[in-house]
Amino acid sequence: MLTKRIIPCLDIKEGRTVKGVNFVELRDAGDPVELAKIYSDEGADELVFLDITATVDKRKTLAELVTKVAKAINIPFTVGGGISSVEDVKVLLNAGADKISINSSAVKNPQVINEMAAEFGSQCIVVAIDTRNVDGIDFVHTHGGRKATLLKTQAWAQEVCDRGAGEILLTSMDHDGTKAGFANELLSEVSSSLSIPVIASGGAGTMGHFRDVFTFGKADAALAASIFHFKEIGIPELKSYLAGSEISIRK
Amino acid sequence: MKIAVIKYNSGNVQSVLYALERLGADAELTDDPEKIRNADKVIFPGQGEASTAMKYLKGRNLDQLIKVLKQPFLGVCLGLQLLCEHSEENDTECLGVFPVKVKRFVPENSQEFKVPHVGWNELENLVPNPLLKDLPANPFVYYVHSFYAELSDLTIAQTHYIHDFSAILQRDNYYAIQAHPEKSGLVGEKLLSNFLSI
Repeated sequence: MLTKRIIPCLDIKEGRTVKGVNFVELRDAGDPVELAKIYSDEGADELVFLDITATVDKRKTLAELVTKVAKAINIPFTVGGGISSVEDVKVLLNAGADKISINSSAVKNPQVINEMAAEFGSQCIVVAIDTRNVDGIDFVHTHGGRKATLLKTQAWAQEVCDRGAGEILLTSMDHDGTKAGFANELLSEVSSSLSIPVIASGGAGTMGHFRDVFTFGKADAALAASIFHFKEIGIPELKSYLAGSEISIRK
Repeated sequence: MKIAVIKYNSGNVQSVLYALERLGADAELTDDPEKIRNADKVIFPGQGEASTAMKYLKGRNLDQLIKVLKQPFLGVCLGLQLLCEHSEENDTECLGVFPVKVKRFVPENSQEFKVPHVGWNELENLVPNPLLKDLPANPFVYYVHSFYAELSDLTIAQTHYIHDFSAILQRDNYYAIQAHPEKSGLVGEKLLSNFLSI
């Protein structure tokens, strides 16, 4: 049976992990490769690296990092942050990334989704959508959730699916950082209407939240950052909890 | 031992090379028929679209070469599908090493079963075979695909998604895995190292 995926997300700046991580076994707390290896050994199903490097110039370090990660780990990983062209994607896939994710650039130029899917196949194109509820309606936001757009979340999710996205990474900015649970209602609506997998992000605080996002939220995968980095929840204990809650999970 | 990884217009071959490197294997990415013929083992990876891949192989006569190789040969993902007879992906005639048809997943309920089939799923009904030696029971492997090979007499492991399909096929020196062993953690590593020991 196909299992639900647990995905730790690592924020990267100039080739180093940002946001404190609390791993005593890390010799170098800023080394993404070492952290990736630990998560992979602990049973993470996939990893996401989100590059938040501000300048284009320094992004070159990202491809080098991708190569190091690809050499070190044997589970799939996605790279996102600042990707806008077919050429950007080519560099990262050739470096060894399994998938790339695009966000603001897809909103700015939706056609780029078609181009990337045609060139590399839908399976490696993840479209990340940041959403925020404004007066009862879910709107797509860009630039880390700061900039509102006129796109309605559900309609945009359908459009990116039609244009050839292979997966959607849906982050609720209303839930992100709250540790109060995922945006299950919205996730369930989006996931039920689409023929491609949805990765839920934003709001993980307890193991029960993961159970809920897979049952009520109908998510195919769940992503979280700080609760894993600060060891509030360990991946092995989360997986045995979910298996005990009758969620199909890889042991 | 020299391993040739067949180079063609397919994505993410790099991961296969890295996985072989982790196992300490001496692998080279090549489309040189001479090097492929003389290698001790041949790996045929792949991600991409079937008809474009077949065109590339035919353009270099690699289609003929692949069919007559005698050394252990491993197709991965699209590599498995191309070794079959025919693929529904753009109605493509494939290499025909396995007399098996490749079909598209058509879910009756698209909410429950999404396409592509992405993620970790189990290998079931494993047949005793050197490729499957010392694997745990119902091991998990990582899949990303929209097309699948039907079950056949050559199926040595199957996976269930919507219905059962051929997860691993074998005929003579030809082995093929639909999942990505290079991305399937320790199980994937074991599959690759088993292949290298055949």
